Amino acid sequence: MTTTELAESVPASNPLVNTGVFALFVAITLFVVYRAGNRGKKTTADYYAADSAFTGRQNGIALSGDFLSAASFLGIAGAIAIHGYDGFLYSIGFLVAWLVDLLLIAELLRNTGRFTMGDVLSFRMKQRPVRAASAASTLVISFFYMLAQMAGAGGLVALLLNVHSRLGQSLVIGVVGLVMVVYVLVGGMKGTTWVQIIKASILLVAATLITVFLLGKYGFNFSHLLTAATDNSPMGTSLLEPGGSYGASGTTRLDFVSLSLALVLGVASLPHVLMRFYTVPNSREARRSVVWATVCMFVFYLCTLVIGFGAAALVGSDEIKAAPGGENSAAPLLALHIGGTLLLGIISAVAFATILAVVAGLTITASASFAHDVYANIFKRGKAEPADEVRVARLTALVVGVMAILGGILANGQNIAFLVALALAVAASANLSTLLYSLFWKRFNTTGTLWSIYGGLAACLVLVLFSPVVSGAADSIFKSVDFHWFPLKNPGLVSIPFSFLCGFIGTMVGRSKADGAKHAEMEVRSLTGIGS
Amino acid sequence: MHNVANTPAASTPLEETGQLPAMFAREGVEPAPSTRRGPDYDLIQRSPEFTSLRRRFRRFVFPMSAGFFVWYLTYVVLAAYANDFMSTRVFGLVNVGMLLGLAQFVTTALITLVYVRFANREMDPRVAELRERAAVTEGTRQ
Repeated sequence: MTTTELAESVPASNPLVNTGVFALFVAITLFVVYRAGNRGKKTTADYYAADSAFTGRQNGIALSGDFLSAASFLGIAGAIAIHGYDGFLYSIGFLVAWLVDLLLIAELLRNTGRFTMGDVLSFRMKQRPVRAASAASTLVISFFYMLAQMAGAGGLVALLLNVHSRLGQSLVIGVVGLVMVVYVLVGGMKGTTWVQIIKASILLVAATLITVFLLGKYGFNFSHLLTAATDNSPMGTSLLEPGGSYGASGTTRLDFVSLSLALVLGVASLPHVLMRFYTVPNSREARRSVVWATVCMFVFYLCTLVIGFGAAALVGSDEIKAAPGGENSAAPLLALHIGGTLLLGIISAVAFATILAVVAGLTITASASFAHDVYANIFKRGKAEPADEVRVARLTALVVGVMAILGGILANGQNIAFLVALALAVAASANLSTLLYSLFWKRFNTTGTLWSIYGGLAACLVLVLFSPVVSGAADSIFKSVDFHWFPLKNPGLVSIPFSFLCGFIGTMVGRSKADGAKHAEMEVRSLTGIGS
Repeated sequence: MHNVANTPAASTPLEETGQLPAMFAREGVEPAPSTRRGPDYDLIQRSPEFTSLRRRFRRFVFPMSAGFFVWYLTYVVLAAYANDFMSTRVFGLVNVGMLLGLAQFVTTALITLVYVRFANREMDPRVAELRERAAVTEGTRQ
């Protein structure tokens, strides 16, 4: 059977099957979350960090689950199918980024902190201002990241459930948000982690099976697959060359370098990733977590390479672009072509589940940061009752959930890729510089900490506000006005070095001296775990 | 929140008999269980065992981090600016860009492997030793 015949014989997407598989997934995960949740227990360690009882392998798979978001699964496969090589560049950034965590952050962070990023950053600094800054950056990053996921859900709905009306999509976003809040409230960190593990496993198995099938179809010869892909792509052989989407001009090239920098440095300092390291008992398990996450991502991104080119070969870029959801529909359409409605249902359900699980992880991170850093340590000056702290965290989760639903409905249909890139840029700017200074530079002090967090955060937000993303270009949020003066869509290239500079200058001009005794404690503790 | 700070560090019978080197106890200062709290981080930090552990760790991770970062940036800049070079065919349709991209996968895996070996062999035993000695001076927890 030739490709065209296959395409004609393919049944249309069946919303009933999709919904059925999705409902089954939700039912199973809800059951697991219900069993995993310690409903009688109201300790902070349980709610924030699952009592640190996960193994490195479990946490590693959950970590990879945080990254195999809808954006990276559907987005990267689609980008490879349409733009070829340039889509592949994304996955490399996401993978290499794990080395930052492995070498410089994961183990030291696990040894030093307990629940949040603020624990580490404020360890040897003045507690209240630093915790406030750390919570601010955590909340901003989580909010942007969450907005992107929720808005992405809207686009997915159109494709997978055949819901095209604005109201229907909003309704589905609402349901997604509601289920997510239930996960968080019932299961806490333990439940959320299990959802991630289940989801990541299904996604990995599905991606591997599709890959093996595709390779088998081309006689296990990658070059044959590439030939088929280039034959079927309007780009021809330039599909395999860099520059398909970034090579247009000097600015787009520089933009690409900026994005790559934000990718490789931002992933390692996303608050919801950092918080995962507290769910394992010690630094050894934290190390194993990163290794397992790297293995999962390694396999997964090799699969997306094959899936992306496979979609270019079997589905074709015209059909992908014409489908509702555009680029993002490459992987589901490929599933439909090779496995029929059932496989499409499974892939769709997994894509939905992905959004659900990632948003749940973000919600728990945001609520932990608010309850632990702001409520317990700033308002109550570290003297909050654990039960009260957990109650505040749950309440925050509810508020965050409502905000995510409303934000997702408002942002539905907006240009969302930049939200993810922005979240990564903020993480790389505000968090990475501060974490590295805090862990490795003895003289670093409170002023430096505040300068590098707020400096990086402000630089990112200002540069994006005056970038073509917001105004002055055909795909801007505000198309009719033009107040942009910063040429790049991604601020990382400027804001990341800027925050390192801010931290340095702040430390030099700050009058607060570094606390020697606390530094000794932090250094010993971070490397050996003594006292943690 | 750091509950360890409240653990009083009493001198142990072992220290008094001199059977174990009390390396983290301040010399000449009578240990006063009521005032000394937790492990003496300052003393541990200045101990030769800890400084050598720190040096070993930094000598490994800093060059390694710089290495992969420069290698990644080189690749990114090549992909952005050296289209012709990256498009050079090597075999079949596979070009230099594809191979360099896969090489990033391979180096990431290699660095991960090498680091894990390093951490298991060079760091973990030394950390365990330091922890054990710190526990000695921490004394019997009450």
